[in-house]
Amino acid sequence: MTDVGEVLTRVHREEWARVVATLARRIGDLDVAEEMAAEAFAAAVERWSADGVPPNPGAWLTTTAYRRAVDRIRRESRREDKHREALMLADVPEPLGVIDDDRLRLIFTCCHPALAMEARVALTLRLVGGLTVPEIARAYLVQEAAMSRRITRAKTKIKAAGIPYRVPSRDDLPARVSGVLAVLYLIFNEGYLASDPGKEAVRADLTAEAIRLTRLVRTLLPDDHEATGLLALMLLTEARRPARVSATGELVVLAEQDRGAWNRQLIAEGHALVRACIAAGRPPGRYQILAAVNAVHTDARDARDTDWAQVAALYDHLVRVDPSPIVRLNRAVAVAELDGPQVALAEVDGLPLDGYHAYHATRAELLRRMGRGGEAREAYERAIELAGNSAETAYLRRRRDQLSGR
Amino acid sequence: MAQYLISVLDDTTGSATDAEMAAIGEFNERLRADGHWVFAGGLAAPETATVVDARDGGPVLTDGPYLETKEYVGGFWIIDAPDFDVALPLAALASQRCNRRVELRPFLGA
Repeated sequence: MTDVGEVLTRVHREEWARVVATLARRIGDLDVAEEMAAEAFAAAVERWSADGVPPNPGAWLTTTAYRRAVDRIRRESRREDKHREALMLADVPEPLGVIDDDRLRLIFTCCHPALAMEARVALTLRLVGGLTVPEIARAYLVQEAAMSRRITRAKTKIKAAGIPYRVPSRDDLPARVSGVLAVLYLIFNEGYLASDPGKEAVRADLTAEAIRLTRLVRTLLPDDHEATGLLALMLLTEARRPARVSATGELVVLAEQDRGAWNRQLIAEGHALVRACIAAGRPPGRYQILAAVNAVHTDARDARDTDWAQVAALYDHLVRVDPSPIVRLNRAVAVAELDGPQVALAEVDGLPLDGYHAYHATRAELLRRMGRGGEAREAYERAIELAGNSAETAYLRRRRDQLSGR
Repeated sequence: MAQYLISVLDDTTGSATDAEMAAIGEFNERLRADGHWVFAGGLAAPETATVVDARDGGPVLTDGPYLETKEYVGGFWIIDAPDFDVALPLAALASQRCNRRVELRPFLGA
């Protein structure tokens, strides 16, 4: 006999977004769609245990959720809105190809630029990812009630402001897709380097969720090379996770990581995606370039074998696409390996990044290599002050304390 | 069709320049041509306002705006648009033409 709990977990992962998305289109209400999808999954626990798992679980869930939604809207609009009901009932199930479009609609709606970034993140995790409100609240160290209000407020705004449930027009598409990718990257980064000292250093649940959602977006937008680039970037970063935090909870920098602990399967997949982007021959965007940088790093069996010239060339390219100070800072790390810490420090000094811990950590490492211990110490102090992640702070403290031993 | 209020946020006492007025005029023509036009107007300075409260009978009048703020609504458009994604680029255009920030807000029942 099949374990119903196991099947439900899998079906929830695979079908949640589809059920919510289909329902949202057919009844035109995100809130009801979410609630009825949750009810359908709850009903499935009971029914499937008693009657067995239906042959097409996704269809069973969609139908169940739809019937409940219709019942509910009928109850609520008995007096006033006969017209809407008639409209709704006239809607017949559509062929499968269109249903995939629904998930895309759902993603674009959740990531609409008129919503605050934190609302986009929460809404995407709830409606597309199927995480529960308590799960999202835990991931972001926010009270459950506050997270619930954030999601409710976003849904209310979508409804009241008439934010449409559709894929953006061709003109808007590039900007809107990059908005979606930014939300996914933010979720991944929060998982990879939690910004709060009270949290675990790496939140595998969030990184896994971000990867899953990015896979979905890439499936839905196969021609978008930045989506492919972002997926590759996430995979190549995630691959190093097992080596990234030491047994004592300290961050392990790239050069000191046990490369044998890296996930070879994720690296192989990430490399294949990077090659696919290069083969496409289009001018790469920032995610593709960052993925390529990570491909170079994961290509080296030993840190000393890293092709720094290639890394620096990729950052040169990235500076042209995105001339932000943070990109220049990262570029300087490669420059230090190629041309020495002095040249790198000249490029780093004066970047307007005084409030960014990585700026001071980078300066500290460069100053240390140049034998300027006093200044390095000051820079470490500043980096420790600003770093939020517990593993990172532990690493910086040890580096600073090594200085005093000299 | 939903309706949206585009309010113009202003912080200066001087009204729109001739160039701004001309740009706004062109924008209004476009709204009319494309079927978005409902109403638009510029408002006189906040200190010309009178607050009227008649909830308890005879109106109590207060000279001046209900809120003393650095920024105030200097004018507005009311537009028809099928949804937010149609209204948004119009709001962006409105901001550009009148050279001020605007607030885009749906009417109830959008």
